[in-house]
Amino acid sequence: MGNIGLIHVLILSSALFFIGIYGFLTRRNLITMLMALELILNAVNINFIAFNKYLFADKLDGLFFTIFIITIAAAEASVAIAIIINIYRKYHTLDVEEVDTMKF
Amino acid sequence: MLSTNLILLIPFLPLFSFVMIAMFGKKSFPQLCGILGTLCVLVSCALSITLAWQYFTVAGKVGAAYQAINIPIKTNWLQLSPTLSIDMGIMLDPISVMMIVVVTLISSMVHFYSLGYMKGETRYAVFYSFLGLFTFSMLGLVLSTNIFQMYIFWELVGVSSFLLIGFYFDKPSAVAASKKAFIVTRFADLGFLIGILILSFYSGTLDFQTLIANLTKPTSQLQNITTASFLGISALQWGLTLVFMGGAGKSAMFPLHIWLPDAMEGPTPVSALIHAATMVVAGVYLVARLFPVFAISCPPALEIVAWVGITSSFIAAIIACTQTDIKRVLAYSTMSQIGYMMFSLGVSRYGGENGLGFMASMFHLFTHAMFKALLFLGAGSVIHYVHSNEMKDMGGLRKFMPLTHITFLVACLAIAGIPPFAGFFSKEEILQAAFHSNMTIFVIAILTAALTAFYMFRLYFSIFWNKDYHAHHSADAHSEHHHGEAPVTMLIPLIILGLFSVVAGFLPFSKFVTSDGLPLDTVFNPVFSIAPVVLALTGIFIAFAMYKKPSDAPQKVSNGLRGLYGAAYHKFYIDELYIFVTKKVVFNLVGRPAAWIDRNIVDGFMNLLAVIAEFLALIIRPFQSGRMQQYAVLFFTGVLAFILIFIFWWN
Repeated sequence: MGNIGLIHVLILSSALFFIGIYGFLTRRNLITMLMALELILNAVNINFIAFNKYLFADKLDGLFFTIFIITIAAAEASVAIAIIINIYRKYHTLDVEEVDTMKF
Repeated sequence: MLSTNLILLIPFLPLFSFVMIAMFGKKSFPQLCGILGTLCVLVSCALSITLAWQYFTVAGKVGAAYQAINIPIKTNWLQLSPTLSIDMGIMLDPISVMMIVVVTLISSMVHFYSLGYMKGETRYAVFYSFLGLFTFSMLGLVLSTNIFQMYIFWELVGVSSFLLIGFYFDKPSAVAASKKAFIVTRFADLGFLIGILILSFYSGTLDFQTLIANLTKPTSQLQNITTASFLGISALQWGLTLVFMGGAGKSAMFPLHIWLPDAMEGPTPVSALIHAATMVVAGVYLVARLFPVFAISCPPALEIVAWVGITSSFIAAIIACTQTDIKRVLAYSTMSQIGYMMFSLGVSRYGGENGLGFMASMFHLFTHAMFKALLFLGAGSVIHYVHSNEMKDMGGLRKFMPLTHITFLVACLAIAGIPPFAGFFSKEEILQAAFHSNMTIFVIAILTAALTAFYMFRLYFSIFWNKDYHAHHSADAHSEHHHGEAPVTMLIPLIILGLFSVVAGFLPFSKFVTSDGLPLDTVFNPVFSIAPVVLALTGIFIAFAMYKKPSDAPQKVSNGLRGLYGAAYHKFYIDELYIFVTKKVVFNLVGRPAAWIDRNIVDGFMNLLAVIAEFLALIIRPFQSGRMQQYAVLFFTGVLAFILIFIFWWN
């Protein structure tokens, strides 16, 4: 086995990304969808870190962005869960197909 | 000459009173509204009398003739094109100065009278604010420098009259009457507007003085307007006739008179102010204002004025003989007298001796305002006391209301044309003018004069003589003023107007108001006046014989003339004719097809658009399914597509 190169990390991150997309599109439970969303975000984080380490080792921008994204993901998760709780209170379900009041 | 500001106060004081009372009066000082309004109009009246005095003694004279003065103000209000603009201003000339005196005088009397008459009304403040608005509009109308300014105030007068006729808006008949008055006069105003447009289009101006100058002297404008023709009649005649149509609507001339009798639904002081003395003479004033154009350039239009005037006058006099509601009798007598003024203008020509009819018409307008206001206010006192408009509820009132009785008698003598009361002098001038120009009109006019004397004294005897008055109604309803006159505030205007009705005829009117501004020497011809006076006395005598004591003579006469009496009693079925024309003919032939087109074609087109939109919506609707993951799929597919496209491009 040789060294772990950029390409390996990118394969990992794109795998993670598409797993997230798949989860987001197929799951009907809102919480599971939220978790899938987190996977997508983390795939992006891994990309940032990998590019920073392998291409621009003398810079820190990628690390900063990653930290930002983690923070924002936390905030986003709290807002999303607040919304989900409200939806549950109103509809007594977390099935995304049932929550369709806003359509025409 | 009064300063500009003081002249401006004449129309603006009533406006001030209107604004103050309408905005604050009802809440802040409901009891003082009447006094505020009355004071404003009294001051305005004093100012206009001063102005008239100065105008006729010094300021208006240039050489021997009275000139129009366009000062003090004239502002450019709306510039339509570099040469055409609508100006707002004040024009003083003999007729407008005469009119402001009449309007403010009658208006202040009516304001004063209403202090007593309208006392205790719930909408007392509103009433006074409307009176202020009306006075302002009427003053604006007579002082206009510009035919369009006149039109604006003309409509304002129409609105205030609508408001005042419908003052008792909880009475369905009053509501119907106010609508009728408004619609009929609006219909006539359509003609007025078209007339204004024709005249101003050809003369290139809206200003009265320029318009008259352009259309009376041999200018290119006059050339154009007389050669342009429609249906074989020159544009000038069309314009003037249409303008006259507006005047005929306001002045209740046949066949647009139908609103006037119904307008008596308003409070009686309003009838005195609007439907006797001021608003209804607006049409006469309009014709007088454009008189040089009528007389010099288009005598055929003046013919129309004359014949419409005499027809209205005669028909109204016949109808007045049969009515039993005292205010309606007075309404028809108003129409008859306005007809007198109209045909007097119609038989007149411009300048010098030929302008006698013009002078007589204005003179009659002046005297008529005095005694007709007096008649209405007197009738108001009677109605106030008897609580009824019907003649049969009255009789023998002379013992109860001596002062009203005397003043009413004075007014009746004045309108009948008995010397030396005011109406005699003006009527003589009118009859002389008719005698010198058209014999047929003269004969009808003199018959009308006799009829006038008859129906006025029929009214007088039925109210004040005839049977003894018993309180037909429950005695306690008005026991507090059972043996007495109306309150003092109502008597003072009666006395003042009574004095004017006696002395107004002695004014040397022909020295002041003539068609060309030059003083005119009228010859008083005693031989000429024998016939009218004798006829009037005959009319009075017949009325005396029939109505002095309760008798069955009126019944016999009406039975003998059954056909004529019935027709006149039903106002010659003109109302019915109007209803037939509007309901059956206009509604069926115009209204229904128009409604069909509106419902099926106009609405149909709109419905078609709506159906198309709905169809498109059906196609688009599935895109917004409400299923979030479907959106997400689309979103990701889109993003992927973009990525692929970009990758292609970059390579």
